[in-house]
Amino acid sequence: MKLLIKGGHLVDPSQGIDEPTDLLMEGGRVIALGKNLKTNGAHVIEAKGKVVAPGFIDLHVHLRTPGQEHKENLTTGSQAAIQGGFTTVCSMANTDPVVDTGTVVEFLKAANAKVGLVNLLPFAAVTVGLQGETLTEMGELKERGAAGFSDDGAPIMNAGVMRRALEYTKITQLPVVAHCEDTHLSANGVAHEGQAAARLGLAGIPSESETVMIARDLLLAEATGGRLHVAHVSTERGVELIRAAKARGVLVTAEATPHHLTLTDEAMGTYDARFKMNPPLRAERDVKALREGLRDGTIDAVATDHAPHSRAEKEAELSQAPFGVVGLETALGVLMTELVHQKHLKLSTLIAAMTLRPALVLGIDRGKLTVGSPADVTVFDPLREWTVDPSAFRSKGAHSPFAGWRLRSKVTDVVVSGRVVYRDEQFMNGEKR
Amino acid sequence: MKTPTRWTRKDLLGLEDLSRDELNLLLDQAKAFQEISLRPIKKVPALRGKTVVLSFLEPSTRTRASFELAAKRLSADLLQIQPASSSLVKGETILDTARNIEAMKVDVLVLRHRDSGVPAMVARAIASSVVNAGDGSHEHPTQGLVDLFTIREEKGRIEGLKVVIVGDILHSRVARSDLWGLTKLGAQVTLCGPPTLVPSTFESLGAKISYTLDAEISQADVVIALRLQMERQKERYIPSLREFTRHYGIDRQRLQRGKPDLIVMHPGPVNRGVELSPEVADGPQSVILKQVTNGIAVRMAALYLVSAGRASHGAGSAAPIVPSEVAG
Repeated sequence: MKLLIKGGHLVDPSQGIDEPTDLLMEGGRVIALGKNLKTNGAHVIEAKGKVVAPGFIDLHVHLRTPGQEHKENLTTGSQAAIQGGFTTVCSMANTDPVVDTGTVVEFLKAANAKVGLVNLLPFAAVTVGLQGETLTEMGELKERGAAGFSDDGAPIMNAGVMRRALEYTKITQLPVVAHCEDTHLSANGVAHEGQAAARLGLAGIPSESETVMIARDLLLAEATGGRLHVAHVSTERGVELIRAAKARGVLVTAEATPHHLTLTDEAMGTYDARFKMNPPLRAERDVKALREGLRDGTIDAVATDHAPHSRAEKEAELSQAPFGVVGLETALGVLMTELVHQKHLKLSTLIAAMTLRPALVLGIDRGKLTVGSPADVTVFDPLREWTVDPSAFRSKGAHSPFAGWRLRSKVTDVVVSGRVVYRDEQFMNGEKR
Repeated sequence: MKTPTRWTRKDLLGLEDLSRDELNLLLDQAKAFQEISLRPIKKVPALRGKTVVLSFLEPSTRTRASFELAAKRLSADLLQIQPASSSLVKGETILDTARNIEAMKVDVLVLRHRDSGVPAMVARAIASSVVNAGDGSHEHPTQGLVDLFTIREEKGRIEGLKVVIVGDILHSRVARSDLWGLTKLGAQVTLCGPPTLVPSTFESLGAKISYTLDAEISQADVVIALRLQMERQKERYIPSLREFTRHYGIDRQRLQRGKPDLIVMHPGPVNRGVELSPEVADGPQSVILKQVTNGIAVRMAALYLVSAGRASHGAGSAAPIVPSEVAG
């Protein structure tokens, strides 16, 4: 059956579309775009006053499966993604067991198919057991479904290992997604090393713990010709280093999170672990630099680094509470409210950073609504106001740094591969979950 | 005429948030209580019927003893919760424990914790008053008040004095409380120590930074030496204790560079021969034992004011009381 999204403002950076356009889909693909497309018996979603965009792609999500399902499982994680408008998510490999064999990759793909909500693109580990020593069988992992490689959460301290991993990307054509952190510099830190940490008596994580490693990995990517994707950039210098490397032609892409784009280390004053993440919230100048990087394209993608934990884990003392905050369900609202509505960023630039550009990072044929593309669509009301209430999250994680915020923009409808999974802010009944 | 300041806070979490008037109120209240410890019967009924819980989730001898005596001299009922006998090792979060203590209708919880911010977290979660007895590297407000009180007693004033705090500033909660208290009351504070332990970010907190004690000591009215935790050497903040002492330890020779009326303070316990040579620690310019004595009056003031501040919370008032009013 045909599906028509009618009367909406379509934004598709891949075609330069940013105007009222109808979208017709059939068989899981886009079959036509245009003004005033005929209904002709198609199922119609009326999108007047709404923005119609390619389904969002999140390059950085911790779904905690397998092994840590008390924090998140594929159902809760997928539902959180859909509520946030994400139709494709990349899952991080720091699970139990670690995603370092084809078997675990295939398990994830099969388990996700049973849930049947999002396109899951699992990342596999760069090194066996995230130990930073022995490379995983990257070629086979790709054949069995890995979409990229990352030791996220366990920085690869051995430059020799990182160099070899980058060499291998020339075979896989998949990026190494680097969590850039020198653990000798971050040590037992819990907050950005700056005025706030000095005042609050918190062990600091200096900016250099990130920038030293970004510099190292950029040089290695340059030397090897490998493909590097820098995860969750948080520093002004980090943005500058990446900008300069891109200008030299290094094969590097980068992402930033909604929280690093909107919050500073001053939030640590509450000592609340819902502001504890790694890398930490930095200074005002870093936030400004990240925004500039997003505007000029140095930062390719917005990624949430959605990292759910149980309430008990996050209620612990700051030094004991794990790093990580949830972000899938607030990303669009936060970025629209703080960046687009405040005129810091064009709507089409934000949409590109959530669709086309992350697709290019991965080299996948999604994130666009050209005729023939997979029919992944997110419809949102750019003016709809709502208050962030973590108890209403689909995610098991409730530790949002944006709890209580009044946001403007909410996802209303989501289509995955031509199937309506979310309609008028409700999950569709009768659909397989 | 200026309205006399009243204490309206439920908690005492740090000196950073306090106004100059609130600091003076605490110091004046401590002065009023000071004399009680000199009586043959060292007890007043100011907190009779109130329950004070001491929860020291990190080793402490003198601060705990000081709080215990302070509570007893105010006639409070006292309960101690030690790490070994607490349930914190059984998977309960600190907030669970605090909520349980609150459920026992405790009036004041005196909390020490190795983590910065825990007293603030607990204070937000429970209705009982919380007194921070030292949290991580954040604040040690009653020790800060002891230092302010002792300086005021010894020097007759705080405004305009030059105070040098020397040692491991980075990890010191005493340094932070001293810094806030002293600067609010008009002293000039210099933080001195090796750059690894005195990061330049502290300059933005309103202190002068120095790496050369010899240059600072000649100007100073007060020098506060901090305890150097022995693990700092293992953590490579300093090359060796010997190297630290050579530059930042105070011995008789270094003390002679200072003014004759320079006073030497230390929150204790002193690593003798590291921060202070024994002859300086025990010498005529040392007021270390006076700090210990003053600690009781200061902690009596803290317990009394937060307890009253909570009782009248909302209506908001705990006027300072004078010794005649509290006389048993």
